[in-house]
Amino acid sequence: MGLAKRIIPCLDVTAGRVVKGVNFVGLRDAGDPIEIARRYDEQGADELTFLDITASSDERDIILHIIEEVANQVFIPLTVGGGVRSVEDVRRLLNAGADKVGINTAAVTNPQLVADASSRFGSQCIVVAIDAKQVSAEGEPLLWHVFTHGGRKDTGLDAVAWAKKMESLGAGEILLTSMDRDGTKIGFNLDLTRAVSDAVSIPVIASGGVGNLDHLVDGVKKGHADAVLAASIFHYGEFTVRQAKEYMAKNQIEVRL
Amino acid sequence: MADIAVIDYGMGNLRSVAKAFEHVAPQLDIIVSSDPDEISKAGRVVFPGVGAMPDCIRELESRGLREAVVEAAKAKPFLGICLGMQALFESSEEGNAAGLGILPGRVLRFPAEAMVDDKGQKLKVPHIGWNEVHQAAEHPMWSGIPTGARFYFVHSYYVEAGDPDLVAGFTLYPFAFTAAVARDNIFAVQFHPEKSQATGLTLLANFVMWDGQAQVSACGADACL
Repeated sequence: MGLAKRIIPCLDVTAGRVVKGVNFVGLRDAGDPIEIARRYDEQGADELTFLDITASSDERDIILHIIEEVANQVFIPLTVGGGVRSVEDVRRLLNAGADKVGINTAAVTNPQLVADASSRFGSQCIVVAIDAKQVSAEGEPLLWHVFTHGGRKDTGLDAVAWAKKMESLGAGEILLTSMDRDGTKIGFNLDLTRAVSDAVSIPVIASGGVGNLDHLVDGVKKGHADAVLAASIFHYGEFTVRQAKEYMAKNQIEVRL
Repeated sequence: MADIAVIDYGMGNLRSVAKAFEHVAPQLDIIVSSDPDEISKAGRVVFPGVGAMPDCIRELESRGLREAVVEAAKAKPFLGICLGMQALFESSEEGNAAGLGILPGRVLRFPAEAMVDDKGQKLKVPHIGWNEVHQAAEHPMWSGIPTGARFYFVHSYYVEAGDPDLVAGFTLYPFAFTAAVARDNIFAVQFHPEKSQATGLTLLANFVMWDGQAQVSACGADACL
C-alpha cells in the first residue's frame, strides 16, 4: 500500500459565503465557509481548497479572516486561490494559515511570479491553477487552450505545454479545471486530465464536472489524476466525502479511510 | 520561560505548527521565536520548516540560530518536522548543501528513474498526500498511533540515514524511505503532523508528554507487527 489518492472538496467563496455556479456563472448559496470546512474535515476530506471569487479587490481581506479561522480548527492542508497577483499576496495567504496558494490568471500575465513565489516559499506551496477548454473541432487532434479571467479570455496557450512550463518554473502541483465541464455534473474531461497528468511529473488535481461518484473513480483511473476536486456533490448533501472515499476504495483506488 | 518554542527562521508556515500545539495543549505556553535565548530557555523545542535546504541553513546562520538548534538537539525533547528533519543530517543533494550534521546520513532527491509503482503507473514528485508510516521501532512518540497510520507528506527529498538504528518509521514511495528518526531526545519526521488531522495531533500530544528519554529498541522479527 502506498500514497492515497486525495479527495478535495472545493469551496468557492464570495462576500464571506460559499457559493457554486454553473460554467462560471449563476451563483447559488451553499453556506458558511467555516461550518462547511469543519464538516468536510469530520467526513475525512484529505485537503480543502478555497477559491476567492470576489470581484472587487476591497473585499479581499474577507478570505484572510476565513482562512485564519479555519486554520485554528481544521488540521489538514488548506489551499487558497483567486486573485493572487504578487509575492506579497502569496505571503499574506500563507501567513493567514494557507499551506498552498493557487495562482491562475497571474501565472499567464506574469509567469515570473510562479518562479519568484516558488523560490521564496518553496515549490510545495505553489499550485498553478489552469482553466482549460477544448478548442479543437470534432475529428481534429485534441487541443485545449488556457483561459483566464474566470474563463472569459482565450490566451491561445496550449494547456498541456503550459502545464509543463509551469512545472519548469517551479509549480509544485497543477489544479486543472475543465471549464466546459465546471458545474455541469457530466464528469471530468478525461482526455484533458490524462494528457496533462501524463505530460508532467508533478501531481495533477482534476477539477470541473463531477456529478456522481463514478466520475471521481474515472478521474483517477482514466484521467490519471493524483487528486480529485469536487464542490456541488458535497455542498448540497448528495454525498459525503466519506461515501465518496468508500466508493473509490470499492473500486480498487487507494484512499485514506 | 516557554513550555514549547517553535523555531522561527523564516522558512514556511510556522504558525500552523504552533496552532496545532495550542489545540492539543491549550494550558501550555507556546511561542514562535527566533530569539536564541528564548529557545535555550524553553522546555521543548520544535524545529519545523518547508522550502529548500540551502536557504534553511543560510537563514539559520543569518539569524544566529544555528547554535541554538544544535544545543537544543543535545539536551531537551526536540521535534524536527519536514525540512527540520532533513537539516539535522550531514548533507543534502538539494543545492549540494551541508546540513547541521547532528545525525549521520544524507538527504537525496527521489530519483526520476525509480518513480513507477508496481502497476507501471508514474509516481509524481513532489510526494504529496497521505501515505502510510510503518513503525520500525517502539517509541513513546508512537503511543496510540497504529503502525501503518497515514500522515500527510509534501516533499521531493528524503533522508538516507547513516545508521539504520536511527530509523523509527518508514514509508513506501515506491521504495522504503525514512519517514521518522529517533535518537535520545531527538524525534524527527518527514511528514507534517500539524496537517495530519487526528493522527497528527496525537503525535504532537505525545511530544508534549514525552520526557525525552530514548526508549527506542530495534524491532524484533515480530515485535512491531
